[in-house]
Amino acid sequence: MAAEVEIKEENLVYGKNRLIKDNIMHYCPGCSHGTIHKLVAEVIDEMGLEGECIGVSPVGCSVFAYNYIDIDWAEAAHGRACAVATGIKRMYPNKMVFTYQGDGDLAAIGTGETIHACNRGENIVVIYVNNAIYGMTGGQMSPTTLVGMKTATTPYGRDPRLHGYPYKVADMVAHLEGVCYVTRQSVHTPANVRKAKKALRKAFENAMAGKGLSLVEFVATCNSGWKLSPVAANQWLEENMFPSYPLGDIKDI
Amino acid sequence: MAKIKGTVIVDKERCKGCEVCVVSCPCQVLKLSSEVNGKGYHFSYMENPEACTGCASCAIICPDSCITVYRQKMA
Repeated sequence: MAAEVEIKEENLVYGKNRLIKDNIMHYCPGCSHGTIHKLVAEVIDEMGLEGECIGVSPVGCSVFAYNYIDIDWAEAAHGRACAVATGIKRMYPNKMVFTYQGDGDLAAIGTGETIHACNRGENIVVIYVNNAIYGMTGGQMSPTTLVGMKTATTPYGRDPRLHGYPYKVADMVAHLEGVCYVTRQSVHTPANVRKAKKALRKAFENAMAGKGLSLVEFVATCNSGWKLSPVAANQWLEENMFPSYPLGDIKDI
Repeated sequence: MAKIKGTVIVDKERCKGCEVCVVSCPCQVLKLSSEVNGKGYHFSYMENPEACTGCASCAIICPDSCITVYRQKMA
């Protein structure tokens, strides 16, 4: 009886996807972006779209997404990823085009572009990473910040009378006719990562089938911005983010 | 009785010591090392290798894709 598991190809269960480059990601330890990048790479690899896929990276922490996933990328001006993706998709209707945006990019400066791309029903996938804070610039309030949540610019908590209410993009775009699939997922436990991957795959399939725009929202952590450890941030996410941003499919046609 | 055994290989230099794999492991196999890697992070390692079943929960959640999982049926 062999005492140790032999390290060989046929015993391999799970490893780094070949589309994830060897560059070490610049994200903070435990950042949800890394896990979501990995899911995107796995879905593209499994669907065999490596040469057919064009991503549009945003401004925000994920601005360097093109350094980590080995496919074609375009870099959009702040908030304009959906507009750039529209142009690419119309020029190359057979390509798989997706945007990867955070809440500062998609829900703040790029709200107009996003809503109009959704309303036009462009056949793209919008990957929306919502961590309720501006991570890259140092943890300021974003439109999706929870009521009462403390950030660098709301040191006493977000007050709705002064700062308004959290902006629920996914719930809002679900009402638009051009949108075929809206779902909200998270990547804080292995079970949720598996579910999120299925949702992402479905969104990519919808775009390839020309059914309309699919929006996949990831409720994510920003442990540096929230001033918590990665593990505590995952717990905080479950306790505080899910009541405002419940997981599950919002629209599926 | 045949037993499924697993093992994980952690890329020490990629690991940032976020500890997410440690809490995700259902068999309490992983732990953060007291040593640090080239970037000063306490990397994850197999503290209790006998208990590993190769379920890959740690690798699935790892944000930096630094865990490779192998599994074998023992005779």
